[in-house]
Amino acid sequence: MGLEEKLPSGVLLTSVEKVAGYARKGSLWPATFGLACCAIEMMATGGPRYDIARFGMEVFRASPRQADLMIVAGRVSQKMAPVLRQIYDQMPNPKWVLAMGVCASSGGMFNNYAIVQGVDHVVPVDIYLPGCPPRPEMLIDAILKLHDEIQDMKLGVNRRRQIAELEELALASPSTLEMKGLMR
Amino acid sequence: MPEMPQVVRGFGVTFNTIFKKVVTEQYPEDSTKYPPKPRFHGRHQLNRWADGLEKCIGCELCAWACPADAIFVEGAENSETERFSPGERYGRVYQINYVRCIFCGLCIEACPTRALTMTNEFELADNNRADLIYEKKDLLAPMLPGMLAPPHPMVPGTTDTDYYAGKITGAVPEQLIEQELLDEEVSEVTS
Repeated sequence: MGLEEKLPSGVLLTSVEKVAGYARKGSLWPATFGLACCAIEMMATGGPRYDIARFGMEVFRASPRQADLMIVAGRVSQKMAPVLRQIYDQMPNPKWVLAMGVCASSGGMFNNYAIVQGVDHVVPVDIYLPGCPPRPEMLIDAILKLHDEIQDMKLGVNRRRQIAELEELALASPSTLEMKGLMR
Repeated sequence: MPEMPQVVRGFGVTFNTIFKKVVTEQYPEDSTKYPPKPRFHGRHQLNRWADGLEKCIGCELCAWACPADAIFVEGAENSETERFSPGERYGRVYQINYVRCIFCGLCIEACPTRALTMTNEFELADNNRADLIYEKKDLLAPMLPGMLAPPHPMVPGTTDTDYYAGKITGAVPEQLIEQELLDEEVSEVTS
């Protein structure tokens, strides 16, 4: 058979995974999804002082079809939720979501009927960033933590297996709506 | 002297920029400049008295002041055998939900014993909501030299008023001995 049969199992794919992870994290293009005051800090992060171009992320794509990362910056109202979901659906795989600020993460201080209590009710969130609004450094820190996760991402069969495992875990855990107390 | 063409003058701006100081903050690499200011509102900290007893008295004023309802406190009575803070009560459960906290500092203003203050730690991002609820063990200040881990009695011959007046300078060996005696009594009663 081919070369991959002779190699010890997993060696070829793990190396490819590392290269792919490095390439993916090296040019993570964010979609512009600024909704409130957090968007100001997100724009500051894109500017020369904090210069997100150092991480290959300077192009904030206006079209979701060219973006990999959705930075949900600001509170999501009930009316905005379907729009957010549509933009997420239009992004090509692989894609990630960063909930920037407390409002996007959990609703924050707006615990009322108008605001979605965390974007994880609508889209799967990869990283939560507290702060109101978070400083650009805090956003860069969250992005770097996301980069580490992307670097370790699996490919092909391993990825499908990982997704199935995560799906089972997610189904077993209580839904966000059922959570009480501080987890609400 | 003839006017320079507009196009060339435009390049002059680019050329001059080469000699300007770079304004970019090298955030993760240059860690000496962070946090940006000492007054920066970061993660909370539950402070201790000089002998290691906790300052928090479980009064829940921070939870009442919080505009985002991010703090949960459950007070409990200090008993004769188990004392965590000077005075009557201590905070048995103390949780801050950092997915709700807006770092406004109203809890710090509300705290009557200065038990709750803010540190400059700001790298809090995490990949799930449950880990962003910080428990008492995550928030308590580290033990400094000269401190004794609670529970233990107050410094002999002092009352809680002396603690609030700042007359306590550190733990004394008698506190450890007293606590050991109390523990022995408890184990005798239970066995």
